[in-house]
Amino acid sequence: MMPHAQKAAIFNKDEARTDWHDASLWMVRKKRDFAVSEIPEWEFIREFASDIKMHTLSKLDDYLEAFEKAAIQNGAIVHWAADAKEHNDIVLSILNKHQAKKMVKSKSMLTEECHLNEFLELHEIEVIDSDLGERIIQMLNEPPSHIVLPAIHLKKEEIGELFHRELHTEKGATDPQYLTEAARHHLREKFHTAQVALTGVNFGIAETGEVVVCTNEGNADMGVHLTPVQIHSMGIEKLIPRRSDLAVFTRLLARSATGQPVTVFTSHHRNPKPAGEMHIILVDNGRTEQLGKPDFRSSLKCIRCGACMNTCPIYRRSGGHSYETTIPGPIGSILTPGIDLKKHGQLPFASTLCGSCTDVCPVKIDIHTQLYKWRQIVSEAGLPEAGNKTMMSIMGNGLASPSFFHRLGNIGRKLLRLFPGKERFLSFTVWTKDRDLPKAPVESFREWYAKQAKDAQ
Amino acid sequence: MKVGLFIPCYMDQFYPQAAIATYRLLLKLGCDVEYPEGQTCCGQPLANAGNEAASRGSYLHFVTMFEKYDYIVAPSGSCVYHVRHHFDTLDQTDAVKKVRAKTLDLTEFLLDVLQISSLPAKYPHKVGLHQSCHGLRGLHLATSSELVNKPAASKLHELLSMVEGLTLVELDRKDECCGFGGTFSVKEPDISVKMGKDRIRDHFSKGAEVITAGDMSCLMHLEGIISRQKIPIKVIHIAEILNSDEI
Repeated sequence: MMPHAQKAAIFNKDEARTDWHDASLWMVRKKRDFAVSEIPEWEFIREFASDIKMHTLSKLDDYLEAFEKAAIQNGAIVHWAADAKEHNDIVLSILNKHQAKKMVKSKSMLTEECHLNEFLELHEIEVIDSDLGERIIQMLNEPPSHIVLPAIHLKKEEIGELFHRELHTEKGATDPQYLTEAARHHLREKFHTAQVALTGVNFGIAETGEVVVCTNEGNADMGVHLTPVQIHSMGIEKLIPRRSDLAVFTRLLARSATGQPVTVFTSHHRNPKPAGEMHIILVDNGRTEQLGKPDFRSSLKCIRCGACMNTCPIYRRSGGHSYETTIPGPIGSILTPGIDLKKHGQLPFASTLCGSCTDVCPVKIDIHTQLYKWRQIVSEAGLPEAGNKTMMSIMGNGLASPSFFHRLGNIGRKLLRLFPGKERFLSFTVWTKDRDLPKAPVESFREWYAKQAKDAQ
Repeated sequence: MKVGLFIPCYMDQFYPQAAIATYRLLLKLGCDVEYPEGQTCCGQPLANAGNEAASRGSYLHFVTMFEKYDYIVAPSGSCVYHVRHHFDTLDQTDAVKKVRAKTLDLTEFLLDVLQISSLPAKYPHKVGLHQSCHGLRGLHLATSSELVNKPAASKLHELLSMVEGLTLVELDRKDECCGFGGTFSVKEPDISVKMGKDRIRDHFSKGAEVITAGDMSCLMHLEGIISRQKIPIKVIHIAEILNSDEI
């Protein structure tokens, strides 16, 4: 796996494009700022939502059982999947049971996490992502670069080119209205011929056994309404206790995600259609393990709004693909090390710990604190990201020793004085690739202080 | 009231003028201030790099050096944040608890402890204020742009408003990170520099002659880029402005 820094360096080679990417996401952040500024009780709602989620997580087993019971009473079929493989096998078995060869799927980061599409395609099932952004990247055979705006890394000219190739739109067309219309017709045919629809789940309500799906395009509803068999894949952390709790989250979700007051569709799926089948798959896939880590438990509060990505100055300037995870950006960097420390252990370092993610998070996950804590774990595991342990220990002893510390500092400063302006040629120092070193003064503060203290005597 | 002055390691060596300004400002305001010469480092560089365990010795040394003071003042929100928040890994003895509670950034010391409402300072320049992240979101020296707290407050703005002749420029992004981030600056040099360039452009395009901040580390990073790209803008620590009597 290529280091994040290297991917980021490649991304930054085209500075104009980096600026464009940064500006696109900053605009979303600004829309969010405006939307939340209209809610005087915003900080209270964040706290409230955080409390509801922490409470739910503290009794997750009870709530999951309550949810299952209520869902079965509603006529749904509930499945439990310990990991991605079990999830994918369950989906395939449902498809096989109905001899279905075509499935429409609305946006679901969970199925991305499980690599469901690739799995089903191996079994000769056609999967059609019905969210416009998802459909675009599916055509390009790319993973999403953002959890809410999966194709945000693409320019409209590139989408015009893709649609010309795939959907035979006019060459050079870039009008979003025209391109969207083309996608709409293309998808309409797919909706009519698919036999099964799968959706992601934003919230599962333990009290009622229903699932809530929030979309702007209505594609999840279209799929569910037109196919006899519906599947809802849901991470076990998506639960909230009561339907009345939902209002807290719907007020936070769309405002944080895109600056909309609410998503265009907030659909409650409770019962199967007449003569239809409704499946709910509850997926663990590492969540229980994260729940067992006190320092990182609260990362499971995440409602997948993407606000931490939009605000992250690193994400905006490196793009979602640079993280090589299903969930990129700050939240991904605290969720994924727990899944595979060796692979994702570098991600907690792809941050300045500026804390913007923590302040923007609608459910108050202390993301930057958890990034800091993951760094300690990466170091304890002896991974190279945290530097050489022996060296660090020597440095640590040095920093605790005044004489070592002062001598080292003075030597450093005097070396710089001996070779002013030459540091540029010290090409081995990463700092000086695009930055000069500070000009070394004649005396340190310590020396100045000692002198003036002496003068005063 | 005895004040112990903590000067971050890189400021001691490379930016003594900012440290001197901090010291003189505190004297000017009537503080009994002392610089314990055995001081070293708060331990943040190693800890942020994931080696908190290795910085334990410097944490303990910090506590030993400073426990006798009523207040420990540093011209750095970042080091102060580290002491206040990350010394939680030490045994919480009375000395550790006291040092953690009494370690303050210069700006909060001036406003919350000394409760100054005016300053004999003059700095007739157009200034851009960079809100250093650890001070901003760690110590809450200002209301970050993500939060909906009204009225929004900012200690650095409050202090700069006391300086005669100073004009603050309005930035497009009032509190975006500069990209320094300690080890981040060398682990991810490309993004680090890009973030710095973007910050500088925001200040420069608004007509700022000078960029100031509560943390010299951010300014050192920005100055490195400014110097390399020969942009006609300077950096200066807020202590130097607050201690300034430029005519």
